[in-house]
Amino acid sequence: MPAFDPRTDYPLGARRPDLVRTPSGLSLGELDLAALRTGRIGSADLRATGETLRRQAEIAAAAGRPQLADSLGRAAELASVPDDVILAVYTALRPRRSTADELDAWAERLEHEHAAPGVAAFVREARVAYAERGLLSHAPTGARR
Amino acid sequence: MSVSRRAEARAERELRRETLIEASAELGLVALNGPADPEPSLVLEGGRVVELDGRPEAAFDVIDRFVAAHGIDPGAAAEAAALADGEIARRLVDVDVPREALVRLSAGLTPARLARIAAMLDPVELMFALKKLRARRRPANQAHVTNRKESPALLAADAAEAAARGFAEIETTVGVARYAPLNAIAILAGSQVGRPGVLTQCSVEERRNLQLGIQGLTAYSETLSVYGTEPCFVDGDDTPWSKAFLASAYASRGIKVRFTSGAGSEALMGHAQGCSMLYLEARCLCAVRAAGSQGVQNGGISTVALALALPGGTRAILAENLIAAWLDLEVASGNDAIASHSPIRKTAKLMGQFLPGTDFVTSGYSVMPRYDNMFGGGNYDSDDLDEWLTIQRDWQVDAGIEPLSEEEAVAVRERAARAVQAVFAELEFPEITDEEVALAVTARDSRDLPDRDRAADVAAGDRVLDEGIGGVDVALALDRAGFTDVAEAILGLQRLRVAADTLQTAAIVGPGWAVESAVNDPNDYRGPGSGYRLEGERWKLLRALPHEVDPATLALQDRSGEPKLVVRGEAGAGTQPDEVVIAIGPAFLDRLRETIGGLPHEAVLTAIADGVRAEGARPRIVRVLRSSDVAFIGHDGAALSGSGIAVGLQSKGTAVIHRADLQPLDNLELFGMAPLLTLESYRAIGRNAAAYALAQPVGPVPVELDNFARAKLIVKTTLLHAAETEEIDPGARPLELALELA
Repeated sequence: MPAFDPRTDYPLGARRPDLVRTPSGLSLGELDLAALRTGRIGSADLRATGETLRRQAEIAAAAGRPQLADSLGRAAELASVPDDVILAVYTALRPRRSTADELDAWAERLEHEHAAPGVAAFVREARVAYAERGLLSHAPTGARR
Repeated sequence: MSVSRRAEARAERELRRETLIEASAELGLVALNGPADPEPSLVLEGGRVVELDGRPEAAFDVIDRFVAAHGIDPGAAAEAAALADGEIARRLVDVDVPREALVRLSAGLTPARLARIAAMLDPVELMFALKKLRARRRPANQAHVTNRKESPALLAADAAEAAARGFAEIETTVGVARYAPLNAIAILAGSQVGRPGVLTQCSVEERRNLQLGIQGLTAYSETLSVYGTEPCFVDGDDTPWSKAFLASAYASRGIKVRFTSGAGSEALMGHAQGCSMLYLEARCLCAVRAAGSQGVQNGGISTVALALALPGGTRAILAENLIAAWLDLEVASGNDAIASHSPIRKTAKLMGQFLPGTDFVTSGYSVMPRYDNMFGGGNYDSDDLDEWLTIQRDWQVDAGIEPLSEEEAVAVRERAARAVQAVFAELEFPEITDEEVALAVTARDSRDLPDRDRAADVAAGDRVLDEGIGGVDVALALDRAGFTDVAEAILGLQRLRVAADTLQTAAIVGPGWAVESAVNDPNDYRGPGSGYRLEGERWKLLRALPHEVDPATLALQDRSGEPKLVVRGEAGAGTQPDEVVIAIGPAFLDRLRETIGGLPHEAVLTAIADGVRAEGARPRIVRVLRSSDVAFIGHDGAALSGSGIAVGLQSKGTAVIHRADLQPLDNLELFGMAPLLTLESYRAIGRNAAAYALAQPVGPVPVELDNFARAKLIVKTTLLHAAETEEIDPGARPLELALELA
């Protein structure tokens, strides 16, 4: 199979199904109703992998959309992050929800536990901006109702 | 002061329910070019933005910071700095400057500069630039599907009809938040009955919204609202970073994301900081792009009526759509919330998006009556569908809605309601009865449906979230109930997430699950003959409206029975001074048998003859064959008349009283309003013609006037006249006739 070319291989599902895999390693062709009936596939299989999302980021970049590419790059990092962590980080980033230390702690966890350095950097960038604009909480989450 | 009755009538019009105000800049009530909008400026040091629109870095608010960090390209900034505003405005409408060049340049423009340049364009220039800058080649449309009773059968039926009508996306929401999972399931199942591949969403609070997406019950989300000032952003309980994170979170689960912004929201929230709506929207849009969203719904949205209260409001909204497209964002261009009570005014506004075409011409066309629209929407609703389709046909423009026969509509509605009934049964949700299904198929709105047990429904909604019931469970339920093709389609939607192709800009799903986006189907408009044009099969599809009539049927008349006119030979010049000629057209009481108003020719002829006799003159019937024009028919008749007076009569019923010494196109009396003529009118015409012949004083026959008759009957008029014209024999002399009554 030829190497991935972000300028010509979109849509991946139609043009490069050979490159697309589920998190459990199945190909698109295996995701049929028969497999669903027998329980061979489930909702956990019907998701994009980090690799697929990185390819989509490359496609966006090749199409001249650097910010969309950045966002899809963060999405690639988040692909394997559990739902509850994602919801917690979102809440932590809302205005006046977190102290500077709490945001730093999230950045650490994202970077080291979830291999999401891009998202971690983004959280740190938010922490700096929030500090400047008074959008941090002054009491740790545990001390608030 | 005296007030005219005309002014009183105007004051009663729908338009006057609205409040129009002069601009009030300090409250943010100014559409564009606000006096307090900052002077554009952009200063970079070593690639870092240190001044943005007059504000030094130290004074940046969260939006400035975010845009400075993610939204400005230093190379493009250098390019833009070398160009005057007027030159950039000119390039927007220069057909030879390609979209890519303008998009690249936009990355070097600040919000104030974008707003200022966009405001330099007049309405037609804005439309042209928008046509050029739209992201996707083919315009599409989005539907709203909601109802006040949150009836799942009705939601499913409406979603199916919307999908069958060609909407690419369908959006629902809730009256009660706990209904969200059930509503999402209803439109998911319903939409895939109508057309596999339609994307759906359920607009609720962000966390719940994300949860529905994660469970595979929705395929996209456009709940991500942004605002143009920091206090509004914070009041919306978000920051650019939290929104951008959320966008990536959705994308990580394969869910398409679109942000939301629109003119007027900051003024409504009390934090416009004295700036114009267009400038604040430019700030929103720069933040949206900087956050990495593929697109935005903008153009007033829920605050559209506030922008329209101001001078230039409609223009400012079109300008904000343009800026979004210029920033390379997919645009769902509003027209969802009610813009005006006035059908004229709201449609004038609509044309700004409808004619150029946007990625989604509306952010939600209400496929059900606006009574049931839970978005506060329904600017256009189910009652307006024929108008929308007809305007597409009039302009030969694709605004994303397809005609659908009532037979097909009923069929997909029924099947969708059955499908969601089956899903509810399989998942042990509260029963959807056969009665609900039947009523959902034919209902006008949710008032036609029975009330459901709302407590039981919301408990089922909670179960969806608690047990993690997802898209695959809905697919399995449908499969077990025999809706295998619908199950396949829902599985198809889940499969889209695996490849994640719908995350690219302006993605929709076409026939055969083909993903069409700005990547593989970019807008390639480069002047006449290029870009997307409504042509070929698509044009055939969009122009064939169910209420279109076959012209061949319009001029068809019952021609059974022999003509009752007997030809006595060639007509000669009359000698009797009390004679009135009734001159009929070539097809009268022959190929054609009745007037446009449905009066039998025989009765019309008898009525005129009776009128002539009643006044003491003698009728004589002549057929003119050389012309189908009422003036010449009448004038030829007058030339043969012993009195010099004739009634000219076309088959469609148009009549004239003519006199031999007048010019053919002159006349004594003309009766052009054939549809309004009665047999009594024709008798009166006969009486008057006789009175002219006998040199008696004549009061003209009173005639009705209906200025809509022409619009209503012009096609039939043309076809009847064409039939008469086909019977012309150019060289033939008039014929003397006798009417032989049965």
